[in-house]
Amino acid sequence: MLRFTVRRVLQLVVVIAVLALLLFAWLRSLPGGPASALCGDRCSEAAKAQLQASLGLDRSLPVQLGSFIGRVVSGDFGTSTGVQPGVGAAQIFLDRFPATVELALAAIVLAIVLGVPLGYFSARRRGTWLDNAGVVGSLIGVAVPVFFLAFLLKYVFAVRLGWLPAAGRQSVDINATKVTGFATIDGLFTGELDATWDALTHLVLPAVTLATIPFAVVFRITRAAVLGVLDEDYVRTAEAKGLLARTIRSRHVLRNAMLPVVTTIGLQVGALLAGAVLTETVFAYRGLGDALATAFRERDYSVLQVLILAAAVVYVVVNLLVDLSYALIDPRVRTR
Amino acid sequence: MTTPSATDQDAARHKPRHDLFGRKKRIDDLADSGVSLTTDAWRRLRRNPVFLLGAAIIALFVLAAIFANLLAPQDPSVTMLADQVSRARNAIPPAQPGHPLGGDQFGYDLLSRLIVGSRQTLLVGVLATLIGLAGGLVLGTLAGALGGWVDTLVMRVVDVLLSVPSLLLAISITALFSQGSLYTVIVAVAVVQIPVFARLLRGSLLAQRDSDHVLAARSLGIKPGPIVFRHMLPNAISPVIVQSTLVLATSIIDAAALSFLGVGNPDRSRPEWGQMLGEAQGFIDSHPSLAFYPAGCIVLVALGFTLVGESLREALDPKNRR
Repeated sequence: MLRFTVRRVLQLVVVIAVLALLLFAWLRSLPGGPASALCGDRCSEAAKAQLQASLGLDRSLPVQLGSFIGRVVSGDFGTSTGVQPGVGAAQIFLDRFPATVELALAAIVLAIVLGVPLGYFSARRRGTWLDNAGVVGSLIGVAVPVFFLAFLLKYVFAVRLGWLPAAGRQSVDINATKVTGFATIDGLFTGELDATWDALTHLVLPAVTLATIPFAVVFRITRAAVLGVLDEDYVRTAEAKGLLARTIRSRHVLRNAMLPVVTTIGLQVGALLAGAVLTETVFAYRGLGDALATAFRERDYSVLQVLILAAAVVYVVVNLLVDLSYALIDPRVRTR
Repeated sequence: MTTPSATDQDAARHKPRHDLFGRKKRIDDLADSGVSLTTDAWRRLRRNPVFLLGAAIIALFVLAAIFANLLAPQDPSVTMLADQVSRARNAIPPAQPGHPLGGDQFGYDLLSRLIVGSRQTLLVGVLATLIGLAGGLVLGTLAGALGGWVDTLVMRVVDVLLSVPSLLLAISITALFSQGSLYTVIVAVAVVQIPVFARLLRGSLLAQRDSDHVLAARSLGIKPGPIVFRHMLPNAISPVIVQSTLVLATSIIDAAALSFLGVGNPDRSRPEWGQMLGEAQGFIDSHPSLAFYPAGCIVLVALGFTLVGESLREALDPKNRR
């Protein structure tokens, strides 16, 4: 298990290093080069030349690469020009990270809590109209563009019915004390339960929107996995041994069917980050996705490099954790 | 495959239709085993309502795209209703004779733009998928057939590309072009698909490399080239074909997402659903129908490709034959 972990962590370091290289190359291939990119559209020639020198763009490429790596390692990504002008790019990431974690966690929990049981029951009632409805529903869930679903939910539940807030992470007049940066649990620490409730109501629509695609995927994978396992010889053997149907279901069917489901959940993290860009934009939910969309629109490249690198690191780390948990569930993986 | 003997066929026919616990066996399970996988797959596809529905949806939109000029009641590139548009009064041309769905926020005829838009949208989907497929085929074949350091190198690059969330990668690629256009969107969406196809094909080629028929071909002295192209690729390609049907759906949705984020195609003379939907977002509260029509078209087309892809996957899966 230790060797497996070490090997995977080394792979991860290589991937992140190559990614940093790609990011370096990318910043250099942007139209106008990194100086005008970092400086923004409304930049004078003098300011641009000064930036060019301060960035060391007049020096040789290996030297530039060295200083780029130095800045990445020390977390110095420059200051924002468009998202929150004047604020450090790394600071913007730290400010917004909890918001997106909150949203993504809510979405993935929703997807698992609904997707796994529904997928399981759909498989057990294969061919019934309930099963068919579930399958068709999950296919439609994947086919609907995320941002359109966001608009639809916002239009129905916020604009028309007025049940839930249409935008933001927390009402302005709540004045919540900030402890951890997680709006939903800060209130629990300080006793401001109204702030927690307010944050939760703000979370519902974005989380439901973001959960749609992972839900559809988890549902289908669970259903397919359970169907696959039901036909296995060891399930028949367990039946022949006269084990209780309940025991067979939990020990033989569900446990084996969960393997592909766990992998899929890991793969969904990337989709969640992409979905967060769209969802957060529609609901003006100030997280990483909203910052990313703004940074692209405003060509704020100092913020962009942090966010792209961070998104990739998060994605790779989560998949490492998934692989490790996979090895815990399935002893066969460790020996490979 | 050898023809099954009469007793085998009898055995298949008399297989119990229910297992021990009363779970019904599907008719598919009892299919004759004497036909090839593709013939058998096609036979099951023709009877599959899911496949037929998906194919019908796709056919409908492809026909609309081909005959768009005949079907569209108006010229989609002329703002003929511009005099009825008023931002101040929040007015958008209503339905009227000659304009069954009314106009959009610029004064274009909505129905005509929807019909003609099927062309650009399908073009984006098909071209992006083909480019992604071609790139993935080359990389996947190199990695899966050559193995060794080529495999390691290609798969590391693929790992890195897959470690960036797809939409993020696509936007990053559009940022490399100073001006957005239909083609930057196609390139961005296509590049994102390359690593997916490459990894899929490599995995399926690796499984072929150790199989008995490849070993047999090798022991007969057949050269590596023909082994890869005649013996391995044809057997490894079916998951890739299934995937490309599904990618047709996602690339249309991804292209729409790029338009929504404002990095899509700014040229309005050739309408495209993603662009229409992206530009309608400012009117969602007052005129939701402007967004509903293009979104509905996107959902339908994506659903059509997904239904076909899923039923292909099911039909081509040898596990479902038995």
